[in-house]
Amino acid sequence: MGQVKGEEALRIGVFICHCGINIGGVVNVPHVVEYARTLPNVFYAEDSLYTCSSEGLSKIRENIKKYDLNRVIVASCTPRTHEPLFRATCEEIGLNKYLFEMANIREHCSWAHMHEPEKATDKAKDIVRMAVAKARLLKPQEEPEIEVTPSALVVGGGISGMTASLCLADQGFKVYIVEKERELGGRLNQLYKLYPTLVKASEGLNKITEAVKANRNIEVWTSTVLKQIKGFIGNFEVTVQKGNGETANFAIGTIIVATGADVLEPVGMYGYGKYDNVITQLNLEQLLKDGKLEKPERVVMIQCVGSREEKGRTYCSRICCMTALKNAILMKDMYPDTDIYILFRDLQTYGGHYEDYRRMAQDRGVKFIKYDLEKPPEVVPGLDGRLAVNVCHALLREQIDMDSDLVVLSTPLVQREDARDVSRMLKVPLGPDGFFLEAHVKLRPVDFATDGIYVCGTAHSPKDTSESVSQAFGVASRAAIPMAVKRLRSEAITALVDEDLCTGCGTCVKICPYGAIVKDERGVARVIEVVCKGCGTCGASCPEKAITMRHFTDEQVVAQALAAVGRN
Amino acid sequence: MEAKNSVLVVGGGIAGMQASLDLANRGFKVYLVENSPSIGGRMVQLDKTFPTMDCSICIVAPKMIECLRNPNITLLTYSELKEVSGSAGSFTAKILKKPRFINEERCTGCGVCGQHCPVEVANEFDMGLGIRKAIYIPLPQAVPLKYTIDRENCLECGLCQKMCRAEAVEFDQQPQSFSLDVGTIIVATGFELFDARTRSEYGYGRYQNVLISLEFERMLSASGPTGGHIVRLSDGRIPREIAFIQCVGSRSLKGGVPFCSSACCMYATKESILIKEHEPECHVYVFYNDLKVFGKGFQDFVDRAKNECDVKYVRALPGEVMEDPKTGDLTLWYEDTTENVTKSIKVDVVVLCPALIPRAANKELASILGLELDEYGFLKSKDPQFMPFDTNVPGIFICGYCQGPKDIPESVVQASGAAARAAEVIALMAGKEAQ
Repeated sequence: MGQVKGEEALRIGVFICHCGINIGGVVNVPHVVEYARTLPNVFYAEDSLYTCSSEGLSKIRENIKKYDLNRVIVASCTPRTHEPLFRATCEEIGLNKYLFEMANIREHCSWAHMHEPEKATDKAKDIVRMAVAKARLLKPQEEPEIEVTPSALVVGGGISGMTASLCLADQGFKVYIVEKERELGGRLNQLYKLYPTLVKASEGLNKITEAVKANRNIEVWTSTVLKQIKGFIGNFEVTVQKGNGETANFAIGTIIVATGADVLEPVGMYGYGKYDNVITQLNLEQLLKDGKLEKPERVVMIQCVGSREEKGRTYCSRICCMTALKNAILMKDMYPDTDIYILFRDLQTYGGHYEDYRRMAQDRGVKFIKYDLEKPPEVVPGLDGRLAVNVCHALLREQIDMDSDLVVLSTPLVQREDARDVSRMLKVPLGPDGFFLEAHVKLRPVDFATDGIYVCGTAHSPKDTSESVSQAFGVASRAAIPMAVKRLRSEAITALVDEDLCTGCGTCVKICPYGAIVKDERGVARVIEVVCKGCGTCGASCPEKAITMRHFTDEQVVAQALAAVGRN
Repeated sequence: MEAKNSVLVVGGGIAGMQASLDLANRGFKVYLVENSPSIGGRMVQLDKTFPTMDCSICIVAPKMIECLRNPNITLLTYSELKEVSGSAGSFTAKILKKPRFINEERCTGCGVCGQHCPVEVANEFDMGLGIRKAIYIPLPQAVPLKYTIDRENCLECGLCQKMCRAEAVEFDQQPQSFSLDVGTIIVATGFELFDARTRSEYGYGRYQNVLISLEFERMLSASGPTGGHIVRLSDGRIPREIAFIQCVGSRSLKGGVPFCSSACCMYATKESILIKEHEPECHVYVFYNDLKVFGKGFQDFVDRAKNECDVKYVRALPGEVMEDPKTGDLTLWYEDTTENVTKSIKVDVVVLCPALIPRAANKELASILGLELDEYGFLKSKDPQFMPFDTNVPGIFICGYCQGPKDIPESVVQASGAAARAAEVIALMAGKEAQ
């Protein structure tokens, strides 16, 4: 970390970013620079076209050195994306990174007040003044060091969980797979052939299951569920329970959620459950797998059954179009004379080779009818125990009525019932669609916001085998990083209890969403720093004001608020 | 560090950067080779990203800087992989560093040279809509922030050399060739755009107001050539009607590529929403074939475009775009199958969504590395079902768009996955040696 500065006389540097024209096109940045120079303890202020460019960063470093700055403010965009960068820049030159403060004059100012440049300039000055008020009170902070146990818990023994486990185990990490069913393999146990390679699911599965069982670094716990998880990255303690009630504990460093998904049972839709010859794609897979599909004269497949709804399950389940195409092709290869219709809304044949499947199906005579959400098909009893399917062709606006021996419903993957339990136990969120929600949709697709916990496979969102496998390898990389590094630094912005003021009422213990506060033997609240996320809930709720949030002290926040109204 | 714990990553886009960071952050030595003067890839050209509407450069620039600062990553920009020999655990890669005509150690990126350079050429970063100088950085956030002289356009007037206080201009710089010993190689070379000119019925290249989507993306960007203003190139007027045409060259056996690019439906939706944010009065039409909404949050994003922004999705691919030479206005002809008639619509601007295709240079790269290509020119997975990143050559892995069409999150996932496979293979080899 280098030499800790911060106790000397205050010398604040303010770096104001134009962000191209994002800020500079609205806010008069040179005026804000001039203004910043007039603020107390500000020794240096300058502007930069892009403070985050390597040129901008080297200017920060140079001027920290040149003017011996001991507090640094960057007035630019959001700390969400850029604070780590500027903090690291300070650290490189030996300034404790907690002596850095960020002022957001883009999202909070230039973007919001695009059409009022003068007022925006005034507001940017206010925001900078507030940041200076806080920076004057900043204290250097030390980050506690954590050791990482080089072992992982993988929740779920399907294809995703097993792939991630093998990859980690091969790298020398110990892996515990916890699977609630009696057998490994998950959904693939029920499938016949997989797209895009048309390999038998059982073949691929057997190979990988054998490899998992043979790997000395992997412990497999089937018929086992999670009971409790305590701790934090590098130091989780897990309690699991076997079907016979027996429990066991493991110490682990990282957790991978690979719990998979359920297939929607379309009860009450299109006569499912009422007519025997209305089945799901999953039922069809089973018939194909067991070789029990008798030749139908005509098959009608209906897509988007219970997905892409107007309300409720609005999402597309991604795999159904390809599953339907694949099963249609397999059926055509068995029974070339069978008529197959696929009633679809938008065919999800994305990627390099999925469109080939559409052509393969068309070449085999599979027929496609597009329908609209507003006019879904109808399935009613027909003659001789057959079914009648009526559909409005969305492109021709024609009503088409046909009879059918078999109606196959393509239903979506849905989150499992018990996902909520996992979500609560691990304190990781579920999204609006019910699936686990990653830390950042674009750039952190398999990390959770909580360090040391990751997600892959259909627990994250519907996806096919190869996509699940991709994520499983991805997760293996992410989880391997802390385990390979062995030591981590944790966040310094944590709660601090003033033992003299604490009355031991226990409010903070109850309210902490991370279980980071305990009462010690004297009945006084104690914060487990590495578990604390610095959310501030405890500080706000403490009736005695005995809890201070490091880096967000009452004094700092009040100073900022007073500066906002011009009283500093 | 032992050579086997070193990795060569080819391609400095989001996939290459992610793979590099994952490996470097766990102690591997990474050489990141990028053909162009800066890392960052395609993401730096995008305005926002779907479906979260994150500002693209804002989320990718910190990653670029992370690559620059990571002590385990050596950036080899403006460089090409020329030759590879050896096998998993001990490859030798020959790299050619093209001359920037700038001493990278000395250049401070101050930009004085660019201010004085008298030559203006079309800017690749802005898809030719903006200009740059003959001595240039591709974008303000370039990493590394080192200038490059484009000798094809340089007049050799010597002004830059005169003005450069760092004495960094070196007109006599020669290409440099050197070798690297690495244990594994990860290829992440991304995509290029289908040439929309070849679909002459849409008039791209002939009609000024017909753009391709990446040009339009630059127009939307506040740091782009129009400063974030949507204008017609013919007369600078703000358009009131804009139409997107999907599948230009994709999903087509004739005069195109047979596959779906996986990203166009969603970025067109994103650009449509952005149009409404910039110009609420503007009407937007998206002509499509099948709406690809298969990803997380995609359907909700389309619903938002339909319900909140009144974007009209029309299931038809126009057969022709015609220009009124007097006004620059465009007429699209398409078949309305529901009424079985040919219809037309008049718009101010047409945005074409061209197929994203494998790089033509993949052929040469594949032959250098001994890799197989699939029938469409993507680098081929050995087992797309269970080992998507492995290739026919042990120790060489592929990820991102060069492996097949995908969006940003999938590229990031694959990059991490390829990194994991590289680490796994090296660990298994070490285990065998120990026995």
